[in-house]
Amino acid sequence: MRPLSTLSPGERSVVVRIDIPPDQRGRLLEMGLLPGTPVELVRFAPLGDPVEIKLRNYHLSLRRLEAEKIQVG
Amino acid sequence: MKPFTVVLTGNPNCGKTTLFNALTGLRARVGNYAGVTVERKEGALTGADPRHPVVVLDLPGTYSLSPQSPDEQIARDVLFQRLPEVPPPDLVVVVADASNLQRNLYLATQVIELGHPTLLALNMVDVARDRGQEIDLEALAKALGVPVLALVASQGEGIEALRQAIRAQAAAPGTRHVIPRQFNELPEDFGREAQAIEDRLEALFPQRSRLAAAEALLLLSDERTLPNEGDPAGARHPAALVEEVRSARRRLEAAGVDWRSAAIEARYARLFAIEQHVVRETAPPGETLSDRIDRVVTHKVWGLLIFVAVMALMFQSIFWLAQYPMDGIEAVVDALAGWVGSTMPPGDLNDLITRGAISGVGSVVVFLPQICLLFLFIGLLEDTGYMSRAAFLMDRLMSRVGLHGKSFIPMLSSFACAIPGILATRTIETRQDRLATILVAPLMSCSARLPVYTVLIAACIPQRNGWPGITLLLMYLLGIAGALGMAWVFKKSLLRGDPPMLILELPPYKRPMAGAVLRQMWDRSRLFLRRAGTVILGINILLWFLATYPRPGEIGERFERQRTQWRQTASEPPTDEQSAALLRIDQAEAGERLRQSFAGRLGRAIEPAIRPLGFDWKIGIGLVTSFAAREVFVSTMSVVYNAGDGDGEGTASLAEAMKSERRGDGSPVYTPLTGLTLMVFYVFAMQCVSTVAVVRRETNSWRWPLFQAVYMTSLAWVLAWLTHVVGTRMGF
Repeated sequence: MRPLSTLSPGERSVVVRIDIPPDQRGRLLEMGLLPGTPVELVRFAPLGDPVEIKLRNYHLSLRRLEAEKIQVG
Repeated sequence: MKPFTVVLTGNPNCGKTTLFNALTGLRARVGNYAGVTVERKEGALTGADPRHPVVVLDLPGTYSLSPQSPDEQIARDVLFQRLPEVPPPDLVVVVADASNLQRNLYLATQVIELGHPTLLALNMVDVARDRGQEIDLEALAKALGVPVLALVASQGEGIEALRQAIRAQAAAPGTRHVIPRQFNELPEDFGREAQAIEDRLEALFPQRSRLAAAEALLLLSDERTLPNEGDPAGARHPAALVEEVRSARRRLEAAGVDWRSAAIEARYARLFAIEQHVVRETAPPGETLSDRIDRVVTHKVWGLLIFVAVMALMFQSIFWLAQYPMDGIEAVVDALAGWVGSTMPPGDLNDLITRGAISGVGSVVVFLPQICLLFLFIGLLEDTGYMSRAAFLMDRLMSRVGLHGKSFIPMLSSFACAIPGILATRTIETRQDRLATILVAPLMSCSARLPVYTVLIAACIPQRNGWPGITLLLMYLLGIAGALGMAWVFKKSLLRGDPPMLILELPPYKRPMAGAVLRQMWDRSRLFLRRAGTVILGINILLWFLATYPRPGEIGERFERQRTQWRQTASEPPTDEQSAALLRIDQAEAGERLRQSFAGRLGRAIEPAIRPLGFDWKIGIGLVTSFAAREVFVSTMSVVYNAGDGDGEGTASLAEAMKSERRGDGSPVYTPLTGLTLMVFYVFAMQCVSTVAVVRRETNSWRWPLFQAVYMTSLAWVLAWLTHVVGTRMGF
């Protein structure tokens, strides 16, 4: 198990756990990022942050800070 | 007869607006919901049976019924029939993106559970097909329990069938009642608690019993539906019910059930199953065109270069392309003022109409082409999908000052006008970030500052070696630096909060729809025009009175004596020197009148406050009158220096008049340093009543707009003072 932010571009994995406090992660879950969801890290933005991921057939951008708290494996 | 109301809802980027335009034929009315500035778009269904008129209401795009922004809150409240001004929907059309089925069905199933007569418009089936996904419409309709229609709204495919379906429903309303059904197998404990709350709701609000199941689910799982602990104000539900929900949550926590995520996970599990059942993969998913574009547009080197090029192109064309229509508008205004001036009998009324109304409003309307162009570009960037890439690229920089990539769009819009910029902050979820963006947005140099800069640069800055352009660029950069700096200060102090979370969808690129982009450009520009016709017209008329009255007869007599004297000594025809002397008498008279007028007195009254900045009372008049709208500075200066009226040379003649203005000791008033100091003042000062009014509406209190006006004006004074002091020390 490792943070989503450590995937390299193009690498795929599955969400295991989301360590963002429950009262802040509501929208993330509603966007379909849930334990068990397959994700692909697409790329990092040119300035290194945020990251772009692909899940459930669409592209979503998150900050590195959040991506570090999403455990995949 | 009450028209049949169709409500359109769906995720952002699902093509909802395109569908709305197709259904209503670009003749929508755009207004606001009561009390908030969320755009309310509605229009009559074209091709409806005249006996059964149909109104289509386009709700703001939303990802779920647990709102994170004011826009999403409106969408939820309409669907929950909480807004007294909006009739209950007779039919809900949920628009879903077929190529992004699971996430779009998340909202769709939430809406279906509300029990309104519902229809699913499955849009962009062509995109899904291109990706190798064939959707079985019949199976989907069966799984959802509502009719499903396939569409390609951008090509007009399927629109007729949808129109037919709406017409059929309007002709026989109420014939199809949806049996409320749920799309999630909830964990047992959770389901039991939800059922208990649903029963309570049904008992409390029997007339809303249809919505009870959906409402119970949200009450239990959406943190924000309950009022804050110890703050019952604004509660929608009786205190006893709120307490019941709280204890239900506590019981679930004790049983190890996460009440926040249980319903979401259960729903996605169901949606995954539905997708497995109705989608047939005809080809393995490959790289799409959009992916290929993104490889370049978000590339480490190319991405940033393209971004800079897009921004440069946008601003260059705003200045260059707008020049021609602007010259045209200026000519028309001058001609109109000239015609009215020569047709009407001379006198105060003539003067009021030509100089107060026509020239005053004209000097502002002239910026319409620039504003239209800016909105055109912003609309194109939004419509193609590039805007979210811009937020993706810029987020790192914005996060340095504690803001969000999403704040980038409002700040960019504020280059045209802070008002649309402030309205654009509605997509920012966190209150602190939204407020910080609102507070700093007016520091971005808006188009109303442009005429002020232009005149001051022409009057004060050496017209060589590219200095005018450099100065202008400097002022824009100063505004940007000010906005980012103040955002940082606010986020560190008043609006401290966790670094905002960024959840930004990057939708596939698409070809912009010309009609919709132009229509949106016009809707937004109209705001500016309306302002010119109301606020600015009012200020100009008031200003004219202040600058014209009182009129002591003594002044007229004194200067008339001088003129009589001149006539006795002048030769026939007068020499150049003599004509110049007469002109000086006229100017001295105008100056004396202004000095005696209310405006002159006001200017002199504030002179002690602005003398440290190196300004005199005439500049004081400009500052006083532009307090409500900064662009009024230019028309005030024309009145003060008696220049630029009717001779069709506008800025140039005003700048000449300002250049020849002297202080008591014979030195010029408008030195480069005075110009720079004034411009610095205008970069930072909050001189715009419309912005104050919009901020008041958006923040729902007077506290923030007043705070904003005070901090900006203080900042303007201090920085202008610094400019003056440092400049003087350096010997300018």
